[in-house]
Amino acid sequence: MNSNIVIGIIAVILCALPFIGVETYSLHLIIVILIWAFAYTGWSIMGRFGLVSLGHGAFMSIGGYVTALLWNNIGLSPWIGIPVSLLVSGLLAIVIGYPCFRYKIVGHYFALVTLALSEVVRQVIIATRDTTGGSLGYTPERHGEGISIVALQFSNDRIYFYYVALFVWMAGIMIWRYVDQSMSRYALEAISEDEDASAAVGVQVTREKLKVTVLSAVMTTFAGAMYCQYQMFISPDTIGGVGVSLQIVFAVVVGGIYNALGPTVGAVITIMLAEVLRISIGTASVCVSKDVCFNAAGVPLLIYGILLIVFIIFLPKGIVGGVADWWKSRSADPPDAAGSTQLEPAKAKTG
Amino acid sequence: MAEFSEALFSIFFIETLINGLLLGGVLALLSLGLNLIFGVVDVVWICYAEIIMLGMYTIFFLYKAGVPLPLAILGGIAVTTILGYLTHKLVISRVLDAAPINQLLATGGLLFFFQGLAMVVFGIEFRNLGVSLGSLAVSSDIYLSSTRLLSFAVSGVVVICLYFFLSRSYLGAAIRAISQDREIMTLMGVDTKRLYLLTSAIGGALAGLAAALLALQYDIHPFIGLSFGPITFVICVMGGLGNMVGGFLAAFVFAELITLGGYFADLEWGYVMAFVFFVVTMFIRPEGLFARKS
Repeated sequence: MNSNIVIGIIAVILCALPFIGVETYSLHLIIVILIWAFAYTGWSIMGRFGLVSLGHGAFMSIGGYVTALLWNNIGLSPWIGIPVSLLVSGLLAIVIGYPCFRYKIVGHYFALVTLALSEVVRQVIIATRDTTGGSLGYTPERHGEGISIVALQFSNDRIYFYYVALFVWMAGIMIWRYVDQSMSRYALEAISEDEDASAAVGVQVTREKLKVTVLSAVMTTFAGAMYCQYQMFISPDTIGGVGVSLQIVFAVVVGGIYNALGPTVGAVITIMLAEVLRISIGTASVCVSKDVCFNAAGVPLLIYGILLIVFIIFLPKGIVGGVADWWKSRSADPPDAAGSTQLEPAKAKTG
Repeated sequence: MAEFSEALFSIFFIETLINGLLLGGVLALLSLGLNLIFGVVDVVWICYAEIIMLGMYTIFFLYKAGVPLPLAILGGIAVTTILGYLTHKLVISRVLDAAPINQLLATGGLLFFFQGLAMVVFGIEFRNLGVSLGSLAVSSDIYLSSTRLLSFAVSGVVVICLYFFLSRSYLGAAIRAISQDREIMTLMGVDTKRLYLLTSAIGGALAGLAAALLALQYDIHPFIGLSFGPITFVICVMGGLGNMVGGFLAAFVFAELITLGGYFADLEWGYVMAFVFFVVTMFIRPEGLFARKS
């Protein structure tokens, strides 16, 4: 009961946010956080079961590029373009996922196969530079002035997009909770503990893994399409490639992989951190003497890296997971021993 | 079709094939250290390419400060050796008991850290060593880059040295044994910690060597690791992680695919072909293309 009231209050605050004097810049930041939080939530839906994908940059760029290419070249509205992109990446997830799960490619190997996938998509985008603009990026054409529902373009009025992003993010949390409460969760947890044993007791390993992979891929693709519609600019390095794939994993690990709000907290922390550092330190060179200059633009990456290592070593369940554990051990005595502390209990099969 | 067969038998095609072979040498050297570390410590260093990048910077700045090139290269190797040692000492040793994926992510953190460090300290400009070894005319039509020939030779020599080190020396035997059975080695009184550190340092030294060969051929910038890092991992996996001979052969398969793709279309399509080939191979032989049946 208590938690429902808290959720209700938070929901009301979130809905009222644009009307209580939030300036445009903050609103922009919140929208960006919501979009990425949705992508991170999508990743964690499969990541929490030990299916660590480094290929979600590929799905994200498919969402952006397919939608924008259809709009620019044949004038297909994103209302159709986005479903098409979801279909494309769902199919891609099956094409990559089915053999992976069928032949028991897990752990390291799964991570590296999906890493290859994000490189393939990035290289294809760069190779087809005549259509996609290559590494220089791509811009969906403006439909004209003002707001257009058909083109899903809301010009510079951020309030509309804020509500779209808020709605999508909430839907993402609901999907996470739905999976969390479904039978699939138990099946997938069993699979991540011991694949052969769970197959022996009747869990359909390949099917369960495939279901969650497709769901996760489709959600990330949708985030990519949203990013494209909001920023009106995409490039292989801002929504794809190994960099973005690692960034997704990083944020989720920092936030907490086993909690519904973990990925969102991760998004808030990483994006705010980058913004604060960018504004306080700036991107210019800082010179300590005439000859010794430092480029401050690298500082966020530096701190990201240290944080990620510290989290993996000391707080593998992330901030939300850590706080939840601490809360549990405080209120319940003796402490609850349930919940695994490892991301991937299954060892990689090598032959 | 006539065009195609013409392209197939032209002198340029043969040159492409040879260039692929030479590129294979570089890629083989790149994957060697990573493979050694994986075979012994059982951790994939996602940040391996970034250690190479820092080695390239070291060589660049030493050379620009007036240090002769061979000494600068030695300096670079020294730095990467220390980096390899520290990577294990400060990070990996603390996650040895964690899940494999946590280990992978910890080195992912190092990747960001090294990139950020390079940006802060060295800036984002592209830097070029400005040393050219020129090219070698094999016949009147075929020219080969001397740097690539050199890297091919160097990686060949290194592979042979490593082979003898592993098969003949006492330490090499210990390293091979530990990759076969981790638990029993501790019971036999082997100091696994020391072996892990030693292997990481050797892996770092190999990264320094690769850095020297790459610095001669490519511009240096903080994100150069991303351009050859994924290829390196993929080569190691394709050869069977930890299997050095397999990785060596896989490097050549990969290099030929990339250069042939570049010959018939764009270089990017070469990469696409190589990566697709990798994914397909993983499905046919998940344990790696050249893995021995166990």
